Amino acid sequence: MKEMERTTPLQEMAGLDAGTPLFVQVAERLADEIADGGLAEGERVPSSNELSAFYRINPATAAKGINVLADDGLLEKRRGIGMFVADGARDRLLAQRRERFAERYVEPMVAEAVRLGIGPDEIVSLVHQSTHAQEGVTT
Amino acid sequence: MTPAISIDGLTRRYRGQSALDDVSFDVEAGSITGLLGRNGAGKTTLMRIIAGHEFPSAGAVRVLGASPAENDKVLRRIVFVREDQVYPTQLRVSDVLRVGPWFYPNWSAELAESLVEDFGLPPRRMMRKLSRGMRSAVGIVIGLAARAEVTMFDEPYAGLDAVARQIFYDRMLADYAEHPRTVLLSTHLIDEVAGLLERVVVIDRGRVALSAATDDLRGSVTSVSGAAIAVEEFTAGHTVWARRRMASQASAVMLSELGDSDLARAKALRLTLEPLTLQQVVVHAAGTPARDERDDADTRERTSA
Repeated sequence: MKEMERTTPLQEMAGLDAGTPLFVQVAERLADEIADGGLAEGERVPSSNELSAFYRINPATAAKGINVLADDGLLEKRRGIGMFVADGARDRLLAQRRERFAERYVEPMVAEAVRLGIGPDEIVSLVHQSTHAQEGVTT
Repeated sequence: MTPAISIDGLTRRYRGQSALDDVSFDVEAGSITGLLGRNGAGKTTLMRIIAGHEFPSAGAVRVLGASPAENDKVLRRIVFVREDQVYPTQLRVSDVLRVGPWFYPNWSAELAESLVEDFGLPPRRMMRKLSRGMRSAVGIVIGLAARAEVTMFDEPYAGLDAVARQIFYDRMLADYAEHPRTVLLSTHLIDEVAGLLERVVVIDRGRVALSAATDDLRGSVTSVSGAAIAVEEFTAGHTVWARRRMASQASAVMLSELGDSDLARAKALRLTLEPLTLQQVVVHAAGTPARDERDDADTRERTSA
């Protein structure tokens, strides 16, 4: 559903959109944070009540989002303390994203390029240009 | 697990007219459920029966395992905040809150006090001198501070502005997280509370039109728009709730989970897809103007969604 238009609720829910299951979005947000290093391995993950208050969603929905990642082994429970980012979680998430890179970004780009009559060589040169521009910004 | 509220074949007739007609659904203990529907659909009658203020013509209601009708043991565990609740006019705000613990065994004076402060209620003011919004706020304070096992709000915010409503939602969520209970909330402001609700029950003309987990509805109903031919092709074989057409353009509301291949196909057909919000889903579920056989078939499908 990610490629659909986002639907914004009237009530501000810290960026969650109203047209996708909320527990899925909570899980995605946490996974993003782990992949980006915002939540380090071994670090405590916000509790379902904290997520509930932040996103203004039902605590059971927040808990369901956490459980998606726990079932995947990306989070681990420490009794009486809470949920923590599992060792190796970041690498696993990054590997998953690399696997899906072609499907999510390259295939739609090529489809549009074909529609516009842009050939593979031109795509490659555009990719080079864009890479240089972005590296210029970051360094 | 025993449901907190169990409604089975409930019918309520007034002079031959059915206000509720064979209504059945369960409310799980420790959940927040939205009771939604148009004005006059039967939501208030249903809540009054659950609260033991009114009796069914047929069918059974069980609250916390027993019938609420004239059952003081059960009624003490229920709080029901009604739209435009009437309070004894000669009391002050502080008096109303002082009697809270007489009726509700789990009453939290501490929570009541902090809510009074959040809503900016003047404790010394007489109830009859309060504005409509302030009276609504008093109802909300009672409903939350009671910490009753079954907590029902029926359109509790007449006259409350958006800021006060946000306070209500935030404080309810925070206290609910610490002290779980069963909440039934009737409202028209569906988008405002959508994130709070685990389930919705939509009542339409006295019947259950939809009963589903909110996260199952999100993403399951999609508006498809674009060239009429493309919309036709894309929606073929799916349940369609509504269609609109203007010249060569069309839009349809389609009931279906869409996978990546569907998204790719929609893109190739140059269609715009937009998932419906909970409010839009409810409007479609409760808004069918006429009920013919096809509608009934659709309703069944929605009920089982």
